Amino acid sequence: MLSRLKYDLTMAEAARGPGGSRVDLIVVADMVEPGARVLDVGCGDGELLRLLETRGVDGRGIELSREGVNECVAKGLAVVQGDADTDLEDYPDDAFDFVILSQTLQATRKPREVLEHMLRIGRHGIVSFPNFGHWKIRLQIFFGGHMPRTDNLPYAWWETPNIHFCSIKDFRELCRATGAKIEEAVALNAWGRRMRLKMPWWFWNLFGEQAVFLLSRPG
Amino acid sequence: MAGVGTIFDLADRRREADEPHSPVVRFGVGKPLRLDAGVDFAPWQIAYQTYGTLNADRSNAVLVCHALTGDQHVVNEHPVTGKPGWWETMVGPGLPIDTERFFVICPNVVGGCMGTSGPAATNPATGMPWGLEFPVITVRDMVRAQAMLLDHLGIESLFAVAGGSMGGMQVLQWAASYPDRVFAALPIAAATRHSAQNIAFHEVGRQAVMADPEWRGGRYFAENTNPRRGLAVARMGAHITYLSDAALHRKFGRRFQDRDNPTFSFDADFQVESYLRHQGITFVERFDANSYLYLTRAMDYFDLAADYDGVVANAFRGTPTRFCVISFTSDWLFPTSESRAIVHALNAAGARVSFAEITTDKGHDAFLLDEPELFAIVRGFLEGAAKARGLPAR
Repeated sequence: MLSRLKYDLTMAEAARGPGGSRVDLIVVADMVEPGARVLDVGCGDGELLRLLETRGVDGRGIELSREGVNECVAKGLAVVQGDADTDLEDYPDDAFDFVILSQTLQATRKPREVLEHMLRIGRHGIVSFPNFGHWKIRLQIFFGGHMPRTDNLPYAWWETPNIHFCSIKDFRELCRATGAKIEEAVALNAWGRRMRLKMPWWFWNLFGEQAVFLLSRPG
Repeated sequence: MAGVGTIFDLADRRREADEPHSPVVRFGVGKPLRLDAGVDFAPWQIAYQTYGTLNADRSNAVLVCHALTGDQHVVNEHPVTGKPGWWETMVGPGLPIDTERFFVICPNVVGGCMGTSGPAATNPATGMPWGLEFPVITVRDMVRAQAMLLDHLGIESLFAVAGGSMGGMQVLQWAASYPDRVFAALPIAAATRHSAQNIAFHEVGRQAVMADPEWRGGRYFAENTNPRRGLAVARMGAHITYLSDAALHRKFGRRFQDRDNPTFSFDADFQVESYLRHQGITFVERFDANSYLYLTRAMDYFDLAADYDGVVANAFRGTPTRFCVISFTSDWLFPTSESRAIVHALNAAGARVSFAEITTDKGHDAFLLDEPELFAIVRGFLEGAAKARGLPAR
């Protein structure tokens, strides 16, 4: 979540759609039904919440960094200072229609528990994350022999807040383990654009730089 | 003006309690104030100040609730001390609680000593101040009295209720008692209940007052004495709890007061001692000792969960009110954990809540001081709420 704020800065000049919003956020926002009640876990500076607000969504946020929270509240957004790893358990069942983890999951200590809480609190979950299976990352490890650093993931290993990286393949495994149902999945390429064709998973796992999953409860 | 530049004596105190320098609404025996202590209190009165203009559809009223030793004089010169109001940084034209936009009302609390019924006011049955004959009051009683004032003024709903410390307790009580009358609530440096430690500090203060031989069982008006020392000691002790170790050290350190060396006596050698003595002395000039007992007691009794089967969230179940909870990192009297408990309850109740913790070394009193981050947050929250409420843009 702290990562999200810093991440946003590095992503700031990434692809933006009409209206100036980041494409990955637009992909997330497109998955949310209009008028829904939404909790954005790790809402950073509130960009996604603002985007959702323009679509008539009743949005709330949780953010770890104090600066992020105060910036959001000063913008009039309903955001509380909190930690996804510890504070989600305070929320009652079925409190929201959608719980969103936008570029947050990889920074949590217990991704599995966070995912389970999100599908307890909300009917649906939306998770977006950087795909660690991307070919550039694989090449850096394979040929460089060091932890990868990219434009989107600029941190050295000792200072990164992203402690639980996963590939698209890995994330599907977590969904299987928790029983979460994958309703929709979208991969974004290096320019933050939606990868157009319906490709097989292995292709996405190699060429998708980011992924956005719409999940629902185990059925 | 009574008292300004002169010594504010007991006669002035009584006059301010009965005939204050503020508008007053008087309720007769037909409109008693129902108290938690089981008393229908009448006749009674409530003094208040207003700032700004009430709009045509009466939708821009903001109730400001004052803290333990505050009063209704939010942004005007204080009639007793001649000093500026206590929230000049927050309330005013162009400020976060913008008086060019909102109609701000601040009543003196029940049990206070600035014109609302309290122990310093005259008991019509005896012609003397109530003293300890005044019924014990609660935060809920304060809020009930304010609601009756608003009814009288024809203000059905409040755009916002805001306050810090005991004022924040009133904000929470307002949202719990009258959810449909409160559009937005701003409890700052508050708690859903007074902690054991805080009750303990209050008890020390009360014992200091009662130990003063001039207190005379609360009948100092009749006996023409004044428990100045006791009340000053109570204030000195309490004042420490409003600050922080870091702030005291920053302001005073171990510096000596007007001397280079210790005097090897019990003079106020240290600046911090001199400062506290000054705080004590100036406080007794404007505050009533019995009021101090009653208001600290009201805070001690505050426990929102107790009225709702032990679950704070029940107080806010289904609330339409939007909340902005604010705490300060160095506040150890109403620490962030207390504000988190409020947020926890509001989340459990499904309320729309924002929560920000502000980094400062100024302790509990930070809500009264120049904290730009506090102002930005209050401004942003009220701006968002005003938009949702359909108030015209600034």
